[in-house]
Amino acid sequence: MSAIAATGRPSFLEEGFSLSSWLFTRDHKRIAILYAITITAFFFVGGAAAAMMRLNLMNPQGTLVTADTYNKLFTVHGVVMVWFFLIPSIPATLGNFLIPLMIGAREVAFPRLNILSWYIYLLGGVFVIYTLIAGGVDTGWTFYTPFSTLFSNTHVVEAVMGVFIVGFSSILTGLNFIVTVHRMRAPGMTWFRMPLFVWANYATAIIMVLATPVLAMTLVLLSLERILHVGIFDPALGGDPLLFQHLFWFYSHPAVYIMVLPAMGVVSEIITCFARKRIFGYRFMCYAILGIAGFGFLVWGHHMFVSGQSMYAGMVFSMLSFMVAVPSAIKVFNWTATLYKGSIVFTAPMLYALGFVGLFTIGGMTGLYLAAVALDVHLTDTYFVIAHFHYIMVGGSVMAYLGGIHYWWPKITGRMYNEAWGRMAAIVIFVGFNLTFFPQYILGYLGMPRRYHEYPPEFQVLNLFSSAGAAVLAVGYLLPLVYLGWSLFKGPRAGPNPWDARGLEWKTSSPPPKDNFTAVPAVDPVPYAYNPEVPPA
Amino acid sequence: MKWTLAAASDVAARVDGLFFTMLAITGLVAIAIFVLMIVFCLRYRRSAKVDRSNAPANWLPLELGWTLTPLAIFLVIFAWSAYVYGGFYRPDPGAMPVWVVGKQWMWKIEHANGHREIDELHLPLGQRVKLVIATEDVIHSFYLPEMRLKQDAVPGRYTTLVFTPTKTGTFDLRCSEYCGTDHARMGGHVIVQTPEQFQRWLAGTPAEPTMAARGFDTFRRLGCSGCHDPRSSVHAPDLDGLFGRVVHLQDGRTIVADEAYIRDSILLPKKDVVAGFVPVMPSFQGQATEGDILDIIAYIKSTSSPPSGERGDGLKATREILP
Repeated sequence: MSAIAATGRPSFLEEGFSLSSWLFTRDHKRIAILYAITITAFFFVGGAAAAMMRLNLMNPQGTLVTADTYNKLFTVHGVVMVWFFLIPSIPATLGNFLIPLMIGAREVAFPRLNILSWYIYLLGGVFVIYTLIAGGVDTGWTFYTPFSTLFSNTHVVEAVMGVFIVGFSSILTGLNFIVTVHRMRAPGMTWFRMPLFVWANYATAIIMVLATPVLAMTLVLLSLERILHVGIFDPALGGDPLLFQHLFWFYSHPAVYIMVLPAMGVVSEIITCFARKRIFGYRFMCYAILGIAGFGFLVWGHHMFVSGQSMYAGMVFSMLSFMVAVPSAIKVFNWTATLYKGSIVFTAPMLYALGFVGLFTIGGMTGLYLAAVALDVHLTDTYFVIAHFHYIMVGGSVMAYLGGIHYWWPKITGRMYNEAWGRMAAIVIFVGFNLTFFPQYILGYLGMPRRYHEYPPEFQVLNLFSSAGAAVLAVGYLLPLVYLGWSLFKGPRAGPNPWDARGLEWKTSSPPPKDNFTAVPAVDPVPYAYNPEVPPA
Repeated sequence: MKWTLAAASDVAARVDGLFFTMLAITGLVAIAIFVLMIVFCLRYRRSAKVDRSNAPANWLPLELGWTLTPLAIFLVIFAWSAYVYGGFYRPDPGAMPVWVVGKQWMWKIEHANGHREIDELHLPLGQRVKLVIATEDVIHSFYLPEMRLKQDAVPGRYTTLVFTPTKTGTFDLRCSEYCGTDHARMGGHVIVQTPEQFQRWLAGTPAEPTMAARGFDTFRRLGCSGCHDPRSSVHAPDLDGLFGRVVHLQDGRTIVADEAYIRDSILLPKKDVVAGFVPVMPSFQGQATEGDILDIIAYIKSTSSPPSGERGDGLKATREILP
């Protein structure tokens, strides 16, 4: 047993087998697994809603479900996927598991807060599930007023409470990461020796702590107006509906970077490992992460170019949105340059990472069209926007999350997955994704608005492509459940470092023991000290 | 299945120019990146015996180059797009006004001569038009794909779209801001006709009082004339010829009397108090509908001498129709 051989101590998985040893754990690694199980459940809830939408859109009359049901489906898809899957996805699972390991720490700074944040997540989830059972909510995940405060007859307050509560879970996770990274680094782990995954999650944590409270306040104001008719957003009571949009996007645009920065961190780790080459331009990568996190706070108005905000506001937000594209471009160039003179092997995680770079490039470039204010007037609120952000969040974040799950699977579970199945799933997902979402760019340019339960017949062909792609994508997402589940019980044992990767997480046994390391690990003088001329051990 | 989208306004051609230029630039760059990735992946696959010595981990000139070059390209695209966008907002006193009110789930359109249509908007070819957009309930968005234009209708304020139709035909009108159950059905058509056909269409509609005439009626019905009439004993500002004038306010600000100012003054009379007057006017919130307010604005507008090009329905015309 490699776990025993490496540290002489049982792995964190063997520290206790009772339900209470999991539910009352303070081990960051166990909490990561609790999160992984719950977010996977919510992923399939959100995915089921998407599947029903795509089925409905196979014919222009939208005959599968009624208009009201369709409106509830896209609302639940958005609410669940954004707040209950994407935002916690990489930080709360891989981040929780790996940040202490990567910086050579025995725990996160506040283990009790860590488990508390999972329970808060669950409580928020209960509200959302209650909303679903009680009859749903039809405002869209954006909760725009006055529709949400004065006109919707669905369970708006319950859904809003769920989102309000789950926000505190991400605030606590963010707080934990910031303090952990500042205070718990092993001796010798200087800032510019930290893995990019830690940098990315650190920047994400700052966004979580700064932006999420604004969402919480906004949702409280919304509830006050809906329940008590306090005039905040309703012009008849002296309020302003655009105020809601400003407050909402002040959180929700940075939230995009909460969803994609950790993905960039994952991809950086995978590419450098399987190209066996130091990441190109490490320092620029760090600065790009901070640049994206910083500029990300200044661009929210690009969601409001046709909302009636002033022309000058439109121009300023347009320019700032182009600025945030610069660090994103730098990262794509750096990943590509890392491949140069590498020694590349196409494992499943590497296929996910390469897929990420391609899809993120397309998603990022189409973001430029939406930043260009004159084009956005035509394209906003159409399927072009849907395609754009799914390329970033599904093509980007979900691909990276799956890549990361495969890459660190041996570390987390101590077992290898089946490589052939892993590669096949990565390819099925890549093909299915493009088939689903590329036609939506064309639909958007041709003028098909989003959130349409039915549509003009001339758009049917492209919608059929998209629905067919969704079916392929669904198969791709179910495959890993099967072969990763199998690997959990039957997979061959993995050693401490099956990829011969650098980084402190590979210097302990797989799975790691409860306190991660037997002795304080020695930090490499440079991060990612790979040499493409030396074959891996 | 259609694969192209007609360009039916002056704006559309400019937007398409920018769109297809960006498509070319981003397409080329994306292909370049993908080709490089594929070439590197094939050439440096682990089984290949190639020179891997002196693999660089950074190179400052290259890194600065690919930071500053995109920045420069982005700034050029930004400037171009901001220029086109600024053109959408160029004020044009000669533009023909049309009033649009969104309502779950229909678009109500009103022409200056009082003719109303629902989910259809008739426009004359080559005539600059100014749509003044309001909503009676939630946020809607007035979307004309073939014109490449879209503008939200926001409760509590007016928004505008100014453009010139450049093609005759029937084009799509959609709602693009989610507004509830029948959001997907809220739409219709824009019918662009030659000016002669348009005039015939206007004339062929049953005789209705003009908007300004209806506005004068509403002005009296709601009791506005009781105070705002020059002969009234109540000290209230005279509204004749108000539209477009600069108004000096109590708090020292000045404001141009446009649609939004008049609307605010009816619904929120304490917001912009005119210098020298006591704020005694009550709010007409709940009494005046969005349609009433548009009519009153048209009436106040008609008391000014019409700027060149604007369809003439001056005060005189109004008073002639009325008994």
